[in-house]
Amino acid sequence: MTALPDLGPLWLTAQLAAVTTLVLLVLGTPIAWWLARTGARLKPAVEAVTALPLVLPPTVLGFYLLVFLNPTAPLGGWWLAGTGSTLTFSFTGLVVASAVYSLPFMVQPLQAAFEAVGRAPLEAAASLRAGPWDAFCTVATPMALRGYLTAVVLTFAHTVGEFGVVLMVGGNIPGRTKVVSIQIYEAVETIDYATAHALALILLVFSFVVLLGVYTVNRRFPVHVG
Amino acid sequence: MDIARRFAGFALEIAQGFPGTGITALFGPSGCGKSTLLRIIAGLDRGAAGRVVHGDTVWQGPGVFVPPHRRGVGHVFQDTRLFPHLTVRGNLRYADRRARGVPVGYGFDDVVDALDLAPLLARRSGQLSGGERQRVAIGRALLARPRLLLMDEPLAALDTRRKGEILPHIARLPIAFGLPVVYVTHAVEEVTQVCDRIVALAAGRVVATGGVAEVLARLDLAEMQGRFEAGTVLAGRIGAQDAGLHLTRVDLRGGGVIEVPQIGLAAGQAVRLRVRARDVSLALARPAGLSIRNMLDAVVLRIDPDPASAFAEVLLDLGDQHLRARVTRAAVADLALVPGQPVVALVKAVSFDRQALPRGGPG
Repeated sequence: MTALPDLGPLWLTAQLAAVTTLVLLVLGTPIAWWLARTGARLKPAVEAVTALPLVLPPTVLGFYLLVFLNPTAPLGGWWLAGTGSTLTFSFTGLVVASAVYSLPFMVQPLQAAFEAVGRAPLEAAASLRAGPWDAFCTVATPMALRGYLTAVVLTFAHTVGEFGVVLMVGGNIPGRTKVVSIQIYEAVETIDYATAHALALILLVFSFVVLLGVYTVNRRFPVHVG
Repeated sequence: MDIARRFAGFALEIAQGFPGTGITALFGPSGCGKSTLLRIIAGLDRGAAGRVVHGDTVWQGPGVFVPPHRRGVGHVFQDTRLFPHLTVRGNLRYADRRARGVPVGYGFDDVVDALDLAPLLARRSGQLSGGERQRVAIGRALLARPRLLLMDEPLAALDTRRKGEILPHIARLPIAFGLPVVYVTHAVEEVTQVCDRIVALAAGRVVATGGVAEVLARLDLAEMQGRFEAGTVLAGRIGAQDAGLHLTRVDLRGGGVIEVPQIGLAAGQAVRLRVRARDVSLALARPAGLSIRNMLDAVVLRIDPDPASAFAEVLLDLGDQHLRARVTRAAVADLALVPGQPVVALVKAVSFDRQALPRGGPG
């Protein structure tokens, strides 16, 4: 056995997953809300787009992200001009890529939760003088709390587990873009199986505990507040 | 209001004013548009064309649509829609907090007392019976301090006993809390027990409006009520009591007396009696040797035979009130009944409305 593996990438992975989850909470909530309540013809198209990352190979996503985020593309160039740093091969770029990659894991549980809440409780709230934003915060959100829990945990866990997109968009820069899945890949490539074993086991146990937690909570606790 | 709402295969066209006091029944068979009309008043259905005006305020009109939460319309839903993530107290406070600025002379405790909610406050809605849930829903709607209370078949999911527990609470609302109520139902008993007026709907149109007794007595509503339940409401006052035989005499408005199983009310109290058309038989003269004791002198006003069945509906004039009888068409022929003919109406069974307290007095 060699010494403990470098834990920096593990910490970076946790940061990336946390930031991505926060970003997706803000972006995913309105998308899920709209999908749950709209009758628009556009709905199936939007649903399909948000589900794309589930089926596309990470290399395809990573390739397109590179195309759009690189400094010579409009978006990448605008970011470089504004912040002085590139989107590709940076932590910010990883967040953008992860948010795209994990979008369905946020949107789909939330959409299902909002659909389960339905219109009826919101109509009741309106009849009690609650405006739409008030009703969303005080009725829809608490009633969809289990959906939020599922969405947050799955998004976080899925971001921890991503590899292909990160490799293509972020590369392998220690302290900036070197996340744990890439560290494992690197360890295997260099035949450092001890490090690979240790890190793989950490991820395996983490993922199992998280999923076990989600399924247990979902089954045993109807969520109540107030 | 003057409103038109079109759906595939169904159109609702209503031009109707609603009084600003008392309880108005919005009455009609399933699918006639009652609930849709209620949702339009509440602002929950944006698809309707036309005008909805409350007092001087236009709620809906050309270029105007006041959203539901700014209308101050209370809504009691058939399925209660209590918030499952809050306790009973939380549900009530939810409404109370959002009505802080509304100047109304009753508070949280008044509503809790009036509906007897104190024992339920700490419970969650999942731990309540159907009747309790509906009482909480009514209390919650009241605490939003509405200008107008809409009730959409609030008792439809309850059994007869629970209905009996809640109806008196509903009957008291306009006086106790000073607000008009629009009460949607297809149940005649609920109308006779709590409502002051009827707006009757059929197939998206108003077919009759007026006082409860007058509208229910009109023969053309028989279809709406269904042959079995069709009947008349007779108003009267408690007369003499016979404690030994457990009978109470009711002096009918405009003359006539009906004996009913004893009613525990003081003499002179106003009551309403519901007489089903199928419980009324006709005779040309007062028969002797009959178990039926209630015989009322009447004059035939109209005879409506139903060619699709063996029966005919006969509308009778009792002087000041009307009564309906359902007899066979063969009997009409045998007795040679014609409008204007004096007959004796024999009344078999009477259902008595216990909550029909003197109108206008507090419950």
